[in-house]
Amino acid sequence: MNVLQEVLQFLINALSLGGLYALMALGLVIVYGILRLVNFAYGELVMVAGYTLLMLGTGPLPWLIVAAISVGMAVLTSLLLERVAFRPVRQASATTMLITSFAVSALLQNAAILFVSPRAKAVVTPSFFTENFQVGGLLISKGNLAGLVVSLLLLGLLTLFLRRTLLGIALRAAADDFVMTRLVGIRANQVIAAAFAISGFFAGVVALFWIGRLGSVGPFVGSTPVLVAFVAAVVGGMQSLTGAVIGGYLLGALTVGLQLVLPQSLLDYRQAFVFAIVLLVLLFRPQGLVRGTTITERV
Amino acid sequence: MIGPLVILASVVHLFGGEVLQRILTVLFINLVMVLGLQIFMGNSGVVSFAQIGFMGIGAYASALFSMSPQAKAMALRNLYSWLVPVQVPFALAVIIGGLMAALVAALVGYPLMRLSGAAAVIATFALLIIVHTVLINWSEVTNGPRTLFGLDGYTTLWVSVAAGILFLLVALWFKETPLGLQLRASREDEAAAASIGIDIVWVRWVAFVLAAFITGVAGALWAHFITSFSPLAFYLPQTFLIISMAIIGGSASVSGAVVGALAVTAIFEGVRGIENALNIAAVFPFAVSGLTEVCLSIAMILILILRPSGIMGSRELRL
Repeated sequence: MNVLQEVLQFLINALSLGGLYALMALGLVIVYGILRLVNFAYGELVMVAGYTLLMLGTGPLPWLIVAAISVGMAVLTSLLLERVAFRPVRQASATTMLITSFAVSALLQNAAILFVSPRAKAVVTPSFFTENFQVGGLLISKGNLAGLVVSLLLLGLLTLFLRRTLLGIALRAAADDFVMTRLVGIRANQVIAAAFAISGFFAGVVALFWIGRLGSVGPFVGSTPVLVAFVAAVVGGMQSLTGAVIGGYLLGALTVGLQLVLPQSLLDYRQAFVFAIVLLVLLFRPQGLVRGTTITERV
Repeated sequence: MIGPLVILASVVHLFGGEVLQRILTVLFINLVMVLGLQIFMGNSGVVSFAQIGFMGIGAYASALFSMSPQAKAMALRNLYSWLVPVQVPFALAVIIGGLMAALVAALVGYPLMRLSGAAAVIATFALLIIVHTVLINWSEVTNGPRTLFGLDGYTTLWVSVAAGILFLLVALWFKETPLGLQLRASREDEAAAASIGIDIVWVRWVAFVLAAFITGVAGALWAHFITSFSPLAFYLPQTFLIISMAIIGGSASVSGAVVGALAVTAIFEGVRGIENALNIAAVFPFAVSGLTEVCLSIAMILILILRPSGIMGSRELRL
């Protein structure tokens, strides 16, 4: 492989992983922006979609329909959690909401252990996810390419939605100043439900590709995506959707990059490096790379 | 509060079986951990997810100093050679465990204390993950992800009771020290506290280091109770358990830590009894597991919705 090919290969891998990470981060940030809720249970939405794939995967339905139902289940779960667990604590402190989401996350994980199995189970995924093809000496995975395209498409659609529709504009307004948004007649419950629905939708789509890559689903399948979303969101800026996308792509590039440059002995510590970066960002630039509107997180 | 705890321990010591004694020992060790969390989180209002990392540091550091050279040669083949012959009495090893945790907290903690709210949670969560990753990969001193075995079971029921009561007194004392009062003032209103000259970062840092020491000691005690463990013991399930104790009891008071530890242990052991009974009777064609955590998380969510300040709120029991 010559240098150009290596660079291209790196770009493709980084962009496809980064796109997935960006979607994960967006799902987290869209709720945080409005409610100031760091949703630990976000990863469990991925899990719910994954278990739906597992249950229906062996049935007669074509995979695309199964996938659509799985995404729908993640959206429904997200809305349900908002109604049952998060709405009652909405007026409480950010800490109370956060611990509530932590408890919800533990609840869903252990419900999966209780009702399904403590062990991961293999999921039937289309062969598509594991197939590769070659273009000019580059090895490209079809799953990665699809992830890249879908993430770009969804980012575009989200931008359109946020800029062109009333609900989208209300969402952005609520993230800036919720009180003012309510004063001009926007229903708070509707806006918040919309944010949770979008969050669930992204979690569902992420689940398709994430579980497609893994090939299995277990009670803790959501923990990596939620950590990735945390990191990308913190680095990019918790208050900014653009920041979440940038954070996601950066983290994707960093993950692929560290894989290339770190010696094997340090590779095991990769997670520690990534989280050390999170700490540094929080300390020196707590607003993240892209600044939102109001910051009162630091003494 | 201390009277009833000692009576409870005495009754269990005299009449309880082995199982009950073990449950109570773990209860008191967990109590020490909740007290550590209460000292920091309860007084400062800043949530820390890093505590269980300090528990792990305390456990491994104390094990390195309490194990005999022979046991180390068996369990830790790659240990640095200068550490192999080192062996100190149990009490000293426990203190070393606490000090190591406090040292790590002191080094990384100062800059972190500037954060509050969601940023503090994510930062301390990141710290937990970093400590966990290091424990799993630093196989010279931790035996990697594998189980470390060969510790002596020094921690008896009364050792854990003594530690529980000691740190109960420390937590009650700390609350009323000038520093504790300053910290509580900063919890109520950061801006007002800063305006009367309270150095918020400094007071939080002191509480954070003290809390890490206590949690490290608890980890050391736990290590010498369970005698073999792996880094997986110091991660999210244990974090969830300790935080649920603090939240259910009410983190603003020391009594809340005690009540929370008792209540959660009661729920946990009660449901576990049901779970075991179901499994033994083979009511279901599969092994029931996870029921305890499901009940615990439901209890926690209900408390957060209905009584966000916990069972005790900020009241202290006077007994």
